[in-house]
Amino acid sequence: MKYLDEFRDCAKAEFLLKEIEGLTASLSIPDDRPLQFMEVCGGHTHSIFRYGVEGMLPHGIELVHGPGCPVCVLPMGRVDDCVAIAEQTGVIFATFGDAMRVPGSRKSLMQAKADGADVRMVYSPMDALKLARANPGREVVFFGLGFETTMPSTALTILDAETEGIENFSVFCNHITIVPTIKAILDSPDLRLDGFIGPGHVSMVIGTAPYAFIARHYRKPMVIAGFEPLDILQSIWMLLRQIKEGRIEIENQYARVVLNAGNAPALNAVSKVYELREFFEWRGLGSIEHSGVRLREAYARFDAERKFAIPNVRIADPNACQCGEVLKGVIKPHQCKVFGSACTPETPLGALMVSSEGACAAYYQYGRIKRHEAAE
Amino acid sequence: MCLGIPGRIIKIDDNAKKLATADVSGVRRQVNVACIVDADHPLEACVGDWVLIHVGFAMSRIDEAEAAETLRILTELGEAQQELDAMRRSAAK
Amino acid sequence: MNVAAPVRPRTLGRVHVPTVTLAHGGGGKAMKDLIDDVFVRAFDNPLLAPLDDQARFDLADLARRGDRLAFTTDSFVVDPLIFPGGDIGKLAVCGTVNDLAVGGAVPLYLSCAAIVEEGVKIDLLRQIAASMAAAAREAGVAIVAGDTKVVARGACDKLFLTTTGVGVIRESVKLGANRARPRDAVLVNGLLGDHGAAILCARGDMALDTPIESDCAPLHGLIAALLAAAPGVRFVRDPTRGGLATVLNEIAEASGIAIEIDERATPIREEVKAFCEILGLDPLYLANEGKIVAIAPAVEADAALAALTTHPLGARAAIIGRVQSGEPGRVTMRTALGGRRIVDMLVGEQLPRIC
Repeated sequence: MKYLDEFRDCAKAEFLLKEIEGLTASLSIPDDRPLQFMEVCGGHTHSIFRYGVEGMLPHGIELVHGPGCPVCVLPMGRVDDCVAIAEQTGVIFATFGDAMRVPGSRKSLMQAKADGADVRMVYSPMDALKLARANPGREVVFFGLGFETTMPSTALTILDAETEGIENFSVFCNHITIVPTIKAILDSPDLRLDGFIGPGHVSMVIGTAPYAFIARHYRKPMVIAGFEPLDILQSIWMLLRQIKEGRIEIENQYARVVLNAGNAPALNAVSKVYELREFFEWRGLGSIEHSGVRLREAYARFDAERKFAIPNVRIADPNACQCGEVLKGVIKPHQCKVFGSACTPETPLGALMVSSEGACAAYYQYGRIKRHEAAE
Repeated sequence: MCLGIPGRIIKIDDNAKKLATADVSGVRRQVNVACIVDADHPLEACVGDWVLIHVGFAMSRIDEAEAAETLRILTELGEAQQELDAMRRSAAK
Repeated sequence: MNVAAPVRPRTLGRVHVPTVTLAHGGGGKAMKDLIDDVFVRAFDNPLLAPLDDQARFDLADLARRGDRLAFTTDSFVVDPLIFPGGDIGKLAVCGTVNDLAVGGAVPLYLSCAAIVEEGVKIDLLRQIAASMAAAAREAGVAIVAGDTKVVARGACDKLFLTTTGVGVIRESVKLGANRARPRDAVLVNGLLGDHGAAILCARGDMALDTPIESDCAPLHGLIAALLAAAPGVRFVRDPTRGGLATVLNEIAEASGIAIEIDERATPIREEVKAFCEILGLDPLYLANEGKIVAIAPAVEADAALAALTTHPLGARAAIIGRVQSGEPGRVTMRTALGGRRIVDMLVGEQLPRIC
C-alpha cells in the first residue's frame, strides 16, 4: 500500500533506533528520571502498541499516553444523552463504531441497540445523510464525535443537507478542540513532560501555528507526527535532537500531509457551521473552557440538542475510576487500581478500556510485554 | 484521533456535490473532495491525486516530493551510519 | 456399503407459487411439495429418497473405515444470504464438513435443518439448495436427512440453516488442541481474512467496493494430504469466527505453551489489508471459511508445508510462527517493524473505528 508500506520499513526503523540510542546515551539521562514524551493523539497510541514501538526504545525514553482520544474523554452523561435520543420513536441514530460500547450510566449504545433502538454504524457522516434521504419518514441523528480532524466532515455534511433542503437530519455535536486539552496537560502540576509527539491529522486541518504557545510560553518542544511507525520514530529522533541542541520549537515531521497553514476549505466550513461553547465537560479532566463546539444559530434545525429533549445530566465517574490520571499521563494504565480486575475490555468501567485507542485498551490488548522481554 | 488512509482519486462522480471515487489497493469508496479543491486545483485536476482519506473525506493532498524527502533523509541516515561503522572498523585495525 | 431399501420411483412435488407461506410449514401437501421441489430434487441420493424419519447406515461398514465416529453440528445465520464467493448453503455444507475434517475425520453424511421466514422467494431457496448440493458433491458427502420449518414474518431473518455431520476417523489419527509442544511449527494454508472482509463488504453499511470473495471451501482433501505427508501433526483447526488470533489463543491455552507468529510471514491479501486499514480492523480477527491452522512438529514442518502448497487450496500456504516455551497461553507477534505485540483473544465483536 503506497504511502503506508514505505513508512513501515524495518531497515529504516533500525537506522532511526540507532540514532535514538546514540542521542539518548549522549544526553546522560539518570536512570530514575527518563525523558518523558507524550503522544497526545490516540491514533499514535494505537500505532505505538500495534508495532511494539515502545519496547524498541532505549530505557532513557518513556512514552506517556495522552488524552487525545475523543471517545475516552466522552463523559457518561453525554452517552446517556445519545441513548435517550436513540430510544425515541422514529429515530435512526447513526454513529461511528468507536462509540458503540462506551458505558453510559444505564447502558451503552450497543445495549440500546440490543434493546430495540435503531442504532446504525456508519463510516462517514455522508452515509448518515444518505440514510436520511432514504428514510424520509424517520429522523436521522448523526453522533458527531472527534477533534478538529473530524469537524470539517460533519460541517460539510450539514452544509450539504442545507443545500438539499433535507429536513430529517441532525447532528448531536460532541466535537472538541485539541489546544485546551494540551493546555490542561501542561497546566497539570503532576506532570513534567519533556516534549510532545503532536497530532498529525488534527494539524492537517488546523496547521502548525496554534501550537506556538507550547514552545514560546511553556518551553516544551513538539514534533507534529504522522501515524506510521517510521513517522513516530523520526519524531522521537527530532525531539531528542531539539533537546540535544538546546532548541525548543514546533517542528513538522508530517510535511507530506500537514501544511503550516492547515486546510483552508476545511477551516472555512468549520467556522461557518460551529461556534465555541463556553465550557465543555471532559471525562476525567473536568470542565474545560472553550474546548467544545456547537452548531451556530443559523444551523439550529440541524442541531439534535435543540431538536430533542435530552437528560443533559452530569454523571460522575465511578469512584474506582482513575481515568483522569491515566488521561493526563500521571499514571500508566496498569497502575490504575482497577486495571485488569474490575475494569477489563469485557467489563469496562471507563471509556479508556473500551476505545480501541484508549491507553488502557491498547495496553491490555497489545502491551502487556515488559520492556526487557521485548528486547530479546 | 485520526484514522486516515492514503488513496488515489480515480474518477469524478459528481461535480456539484464534489464527490469522487478513491482507490486504496483495490478497495474503492466514494469520497468528498471539497477540502482539496480550490481555484488553482479544480475538480478535474484531482483525478490521479494521492490524498489522505478520513471518514470518507479527502482531507489533504499527499505531497509526493515531501514523502520522498522524508524517506531520503532516513536512507541517508543509514548510509551515514554504515560509513561511520566502516571507519570505526578500519581505525580499530 | 450402505444400501437403502429399494424405493418405488415417484414424481417429485412442485411449488407453483413464488414465495414461501406458512402453509409450506404446515405438514401437509404444501410442505411435501416444498421439500421435494427445493431439497429432494437438489440433494437427490438413495439414503434421502425414502424420506423416512431417519437415515440409516450399516455400522460394520463405518467400523471398517476407522475406529471413531466424529459428530458435529453448526448453525448458519449469515447476512447477506448470498455474498461474493458463496452463499449460506455452501457455507452450511463446508462449515460442517470442515469441522469434521479438522478432527482428521472423513466426512460422510450431513443433515440439513432449515428455518425459513414466510415471504422468502422460492427461487432463492432453490438456488441455495443447488449450492448445497454442489458443495456436498465437491466434499464427497451426502445430505441424508433434513427438516423444514416456516415461521411468521419477523420471527427469523430470512433463512437459518443447521447442518449436522458424521464422519469416521482412522485409528492412526491423533489430533488435539493440547498437543502442541515448544519448537512446533504453526502453518496456514493461504491468505487470511477473505471471508470476514467479503461479508462485511457485502452488508453494504460501509459503502466500500472491493473484489474480495469468501474463501469458503471444503478442506477434507487438503487435510488428508497434510496428514499423509506429516502424520505427526498435533492439531488442525479452521479459524472461523474470531479469526486466526482466536485459534492461536485456544491452542496456547489448551497446550499450556506460548506461540509467536511473524507479521511478515502471515499471508494477507493486499485488498484485505487495505480494507482493514480503512476501517481500523485487525485482519487477524477476521473469519475464514477455507483455511486451516495446523501445528506440526519441527521435523515435519517442511513436509507439511510442501503437502499444503501442492494442493489447490494451499497455494499460498506458509509457516507463520513457532510454538515456544514462554508464558503459557500467551500469543505474540513479531511486527513488521521488528517490535513485539500481544495477540489477545477478541473481546466482543470487532467494530470499525475512526480514531
